[in-house]
Amino acid sequence: MEDVLKFFLEYKDMIFIIVLSVFLGIEVISHVPAVLHTPLMSGSNAIHGVVIIGAIIVMGHAENTLSLILGFIAVILGTLNVVGGFVVTDRMLEMFKKKKK
Amino acid sequence: METITKLIEFTDQISILEISYLLASILFILGLKKLSHPATARSGNLWAAAGMAAAILFTILFHQKDGQPIGNVVWIVVALAIGSFIGWYASIKVKMTAMPQMVSIFNGMGGACAALISLMEFPKMQNHLASLAEPASNMLGGEGIAILLGLMIGGVSFAGSMIAFGKLDGRIGDIKHPLLRIVNLTFLVVLLVALFLILFMKPQADHNLPIYLFAAAALIYGVTFVMPIGGADMPVVISLLNSFTGVAAAMGGFLYGNQAMLTGGILVGSSGTILTILMCNAMNRSLLNVIIGAFGVAGAAGAEAADKTVKEISLSDAAVLLSYSQKVYIVPGYGLAVAQAQHLCHELDNLLAGKGVEVKYAIHPVAGRMPGHMNVLLAEADVPYEKLVEMEDANNEMSNTDVVIVIGANDVVNPAAEDDPSSPIYGMPIIKALDAKNVIVMKRSMAAGYAAIPNNLFYHAKNRMLFGDAKATLQKLVAEIKSL
Repeated sequence: MEDVLKFFLEYKDMIFIIVLSVFLGIEVISHVPAVLHTPLMSGSNAIHGVVIIGAIIVMGHAENTLSLILGFIAVILGTLNVVGGFVVTDRMLEMFKKKKK
Repeated sequence: METITKLIEFTDQISILEISYLLASILFILGLKKLSHPATARSGNLWAAAGMAAAILFTILFHQKDGQPIGNVVWIVVALAIGSFIGWYASIKVKMTAMPQMVSIFNGMGGACAALISLMEFPKMQNHLASLAEPASNMLGGEGIAILLGLMIGGVSFAGSMIAFGKLDGRIGDIKHPLLRIVNLTFLVVLLVALFLILFMKPQADHNLPIYLFAAAALIYGVTFVMPIGGADMPVVISLLNSFTGVAAAMGGFLYGNQAMLTGGILVGSSGTILTILMCNAMNRSLLNVIIGAFGVAGAAGAEAADKTVKEISLSDAAVLLSYSQKVYIVPGYGLAVAQAQHLCHELDNLLAGKGVEVKYAIHPVAGRMPGHMNVLLAEADVPYEKLVEMEDANNEMSNTDVVIVIGANDVVNPAAEDDPSSPIYGMPIIKALDAKNVIVMKRSMAAGYAAIPNNLFYHAKNRMLFGDAKATLQKLVAEIKSL
């Protein structure tokens, strides 16, 4: 029990962000029309590509060749997620816009 | 004096970096918000992308660890360039019908990225803990938990996404075996137990075998988790794995104390979970039901349907019927998109509109391979937004509709969902085609739909079948109507 409390105190800022973000995520998309389910999934798919920042940090502080290579792969994979995700979403949404004129 | 200026520079850089993360988080939130409204969706996507670009740029420029700036910058830029080019090229080239597979692949890449980060951070953490003057007795702590959870969730998401891709692309069939459910559950338990065992392990320098085994187990679980789930349910699975990857990214944020990763990841994790539940609701099923899988155990309805007969309609009869109707509803399905017949469909709709027929499209929330997929596909063919009617509104208008044309759709008009409790889709809301005066089903053959469930609509007295490839049939139908 004491460990749990210590853990909470040590990471309280991040735990706050996590809890508030959970509610925010639910609130932000709760009224989305079915039409937008696919683009929204695709768009949020691109947003979790933010994991690339972690890959850049690992690669930027790599201490040996192995972690440099793994980091290199991780950065490529993360970029695929980010760029592919946003471009695919834009392509989908572009079509909605075209017919609106 | 020099150290003081260095210190100022240092704190300035860190401030700029943190401000860029705050900006990125705000842009992610506003982007998601805008993405959930049709009018602002496209700019929402660009806002989120701008936030991402800022976070990446400022990380490379100003991130520091123990006073050390980011190294290997050239290689990082090369990796970014390679990833950008492949991601951009694949996204430009992919056909709209194959969009769900593409999203699944990109999701898997994010998961793999998160898992790789953990794989690299674990040895660092263990070596550090083992080399302390007073070596730690276990690895229990925020860092260890974040690394292992990131590895586990990221690995499951990667392997699962690849299987989902294979299924949607028709490369992998469904493997349904009662044993698989037990194997599945066993692996989940093994994974969780292993997670705790590793956390309580005494750190030893370069003792990395357990973490590699753990990673392998996560990958295998990802495969066995998705394998028994029916192909028709893949959209729900992709949405779920999407939120998994979000959580994996957030674990990275926890590990590095990085707010942009934390908010971005958790936002996707929670909104993705809600989106998954919304998708399940559209099919009137629970998430658990999807995962455990009721599909594929098709009810007894299949056997009794075999000896019923269907009525066919000739092209000229269909042309006359449509031309002299007042109101026509088109119910499009994935078959329409696969046959690349959206444009012809739009031509038919224009032709009929020219004759004074009111033509609209009834869109089932799960038509296509993903919710909203059909809207994207029809939008590609320039069908005006106002003509796309959501299921509930369309159902209200069915009773004064003269003809419903079902093109390449099956399960979304299956009356078994309303009247056959033994059917796996019982309870799913459907487009009530039978409320209209006439129904024409365009279909390649009498084969069952993607979910392999028999459809009694085909045998109903009101219905007539127009057999053939959707594109060829529509072409002939358009020609027939023109010649009237």
